[in-house]
Amino acid sequence: MAEDYVIEMLNITKIFPGIKANDNITLQLRRGEIHALLGENGAGKSTLMSVLFGLYQAEEGIIKKDGKEVQIKDPNDANRLGIGMVHQHFKLVECFTVLDNIILGVEDTKNGILQYDQARKKVMALSEKYGLRVDPDALVSDISVGMQQRVEILKMLYRDNEILIFDEPTAVLTPQEIDELMEIMKGFKKEGKSILFITHKLAEIMAVSDRCTVLRKGAYMGTVDIANCTKEDLSRMMVGRDVQFKVDKKPVKLGETILSVKDVRVPSRRHNNDAVKGVSFDVHGGEIVCVAGIEGNGQTELVYGLTGLAKMTGGSVTLCGKDITNARIRDRSKGGMSHIPEDRHKHGLVLDYTLEKNLVLQRYWEPEFSNHGVIKKDAVRKYAERLIEKFDVRSGQGPITIARAMSGGNQQKAIIAREIDKNPQLLVAVQPTRGLDVGAIEYIHRQLVEERDKGRAVLLVSLELDEVMNLSDRILVMYEGEIVGEFDPKKTNVQELGLYMAGASRQGKEVTA
Amino acid sequence: MNKKKPLAENATLISILASLLSIVIGLAIGFLLLLILKPSAAAEGMGAMLGTGFSNLDKFGKVLYQAAPLMCCGLSVGFAFKTGLFNIGASGQYTMGAFLALYGAIFLQLPWYVCLLLAMIGGGLWGIFPGLFKALFNVNEVITAIMFNWIAMFLVNLVLANMPLMLASAWGASNSDRTAALAVANKAAIIPKGGLDKLFGNSSWVNISFFIAVVVAIIVWFILEKTTFGYELKACGLSKDAAIYAGINANRNIVFSMIIAGALSGLGGGLYYLAGTIQYVLEKSILSMGFNGIPVALLANSNPLGTIFSSLFISYINVGGAAMQPNFSSESTEIITAVIIYLAAFALLMRGVIGKVLAGKRNKEVKA
Repeated sequence: MAEDYVIEMLNITKIFPGIKANDNITLQLRRGEIHALLGENGAGKSTLMSVLFGLYQAEEGIIKKDGKEVQIKDPNDANRLGIGMVHQHFKLVECFTVLDNIILGVEDTKNGILQYDQARKKVMALSEKYGLRVDPDALVSDISVGMQQRVEILKMLYRDNEILIFDEPTAVLTPQEIDELMEIMKGFKKEGKSILFITHKLAEIMAVSDRCTVLRKGAYMGTVDIANCTKEDLSRMMVGRDVQFKVDKKPVKLGETILSVKDVRVPSRRHNNDAVKGVSFDVHGGEIVCVAGIEGNGQTELVYGLTGLAKMTGGSVTLCGKDITNARIRDRSKGGMSHIPEDRHKHGLVLDYTLEKNLVLQRYWEPEFSNHGVIKKDAVRKYAERLIEKFDVRSGQGPITIARAMSGGNQQKAIIAREIDKNPQLLVAVQPTRGLDVGAIEYIHRQLVEERDKGRAVLLVSLELDEVMNLSDRILVMYEGEIVGEFDPKKTNVQELGLYMAGASRQGKEVTA
Repeated sequence: MNKKKPLAENATLISILASLLSIVIGLAIGFLLLLILKPSAAAEGMGAMLGTGFSNLDKFGKVLYQAAPLMCCGLSVGFAFKTGLFNIGASGQYTMGAFLALYGAIFLQLPWYVCLLLAMIGGGLWGIFPGLFKALFNVNEVITAIMFNWIAMFLVNLVLANMPLMLASAWGASNSDRTAALAVANKAAIIPKGGLDKLFGNSSWVNISFFIAVVVAIIVWFILEKTTFGYELKACGLSKDAAIYAGINANRNIVFSMIIAGALSGLGGGLYYLAGTIQYVLEKSILSMGFNGIPVALLANSNPLGTIFSSLFISYINVGGAAMQPNFSSESTEIITAVIIYLAAFALLMRGVIGKVLAGKRNKEVKA
């Protein structure tokens, strides 16, 4: 054997009813390398990893460990072969301590009683060795997302896993935490562990990976050495065409003040204190103002307060000169506010309604779509067909597709179509590209810029610093419920924003619009 | 490529198949029970259960008569389901509806259609409480509704016991444990037979109540499927968060939905007791009619039009069950009908199973 492969997945084909999720895919992981797995949503990355982890059985193809063919029927088999995985959505027991979570499933017992001492020693040693700081006695529900991820990593190490799978690990981290994770991954590599790294983010692949396997629509596009290729090469392989990374924007033409926020306070959803502690800013027509920050610093609550999903405890909000502090959601919508919500499944769509019903979710009561309380079916259908065409929303059965059956990107496109077509004065977009692939992201960014160029006010809340830097005309950084800095994207950089986002710096209190 | 819609994706067909399969399984287990209880008479008993309804027109009239209140209760439960609520209080609402209908008929001497309206008001009133508690204080509607079932029953007992004019004893009969017979107290309050009795061999049971219920079922279907109100209600039921995001007043809809569900159950109570064939007996336990609305709704997958058929089926089983006596004691017939009815309610489970089986089959075809 010329190459030393620790894991080989050869000619894997996995079929779901009506779709080939993986079509003859080969992935070979060398010992001690960081191997990235890249692809758009629905390209089959998760399916492939689930096959490796024993969650699905492939219809065709074989898996080899150290050159020998193996059967992986469930995650326990995977674990025995030394394969561990950090899932995108952590699989931790919230009300258990960190230590409990790490040993869960492989506990040492003596006469049915848990033996913690050995376990604690081993966990602390691992934590020390790889710089994975955790507090073993803290409850998982009390620790930060970053630490939760370290717990997940320790879980793999505790089980002596040699092959580590990271499924989109950086989505929830700050720039500093991402750097830290990258260092940790390099540390693992040095120890001879092999890493599979699933991600959308090309920059991260360029930073740490040795090789990269690209999938597109279930098919294998190839494996490349990172040393010999560029970001552009990778994205072309992934999407099948050239992708515009920079958004073309005309210079700002500031209009009237559309949204005016004064000293707003909003209660937290998690504890009894205010999550938004006196925030003030203005958004004008023709500009994109971006609220940046690490998840959980009050951005969600701020949007809830502005859009009426939560009651404010103080302050006032004015939309187009009208006070909407206590207005009903419907009245805010009528007053010119559109809202692309953070959680498209929870708020944005009635998942079991058809696409056409979802497209009129904000407008079904208008005379255009109803007559004396009876819905005009034909008008709804026509409207839906127009939006589907205009915004290129793709689905299996057109207007009568159940929203749940659509892909994430198209669900988001449907929401954006609905919210933009309402002709809003103010568009509140919260993480509009979360979890989407580059093609869809490019499209959504263009839509937002178009709205801005039409003279509308856009308030963008985003955790992705690239998106913030790319799109916004003005950046507000939020930390612990307050705006700690205002920046011009042309005069700042990601590192500076990161410091403010982490609370290490703040500007004076005189932040105004 | 086959242009036809794949079987696994045809939701309506799967629903109907699931309901039928549940019925068959229910009947099979019912037969098994009969075999255990009394092997010699099992076949005869099953024959009675399945044959009686069609054996003569009088019995079929009874099937129709009992189907009407069942349909109303089924519509009530199904309507609430569509809004994301579990209306287990149909029994109490039904009881209140029956009481107000009889109050109108006997005490106020009103005609039948006004009495039916009173029945709906009574049921609707009883639906308000679980709705309000849920909307205002986020109290689970199941708990409130169960308590209000008992409150309704004892309240009606208490009031009737203190209203001698309502009881049979005040109208020339000897018993004081039930309300007056409408034939004596107020003939105008009896729901008209509309000539159906002649069609059904002078059946004493049949009247237009079944058709009233069918019309109501169609109205409910129209509201849910065609109106903005139905759009809002279902949006609340499917995703309360999305409904709120869309500016729909979810709490108001919860209360409205429970009022309407209550009114439907109440109407059932009115239809049952205004036929003139049955008198309300002071009860010691909650009336089962409201609870039978749950399997009616489940078997119909909460579809108002499906409710028409599922209520007929359950009514048929009830009438057939009664005909198994004296071979089987009334307790064992009750058990057997209950087993069949409640297994029938497994339609939901069956739907999943059928969906999986069909999907699996298609999968193999794709592979082949």
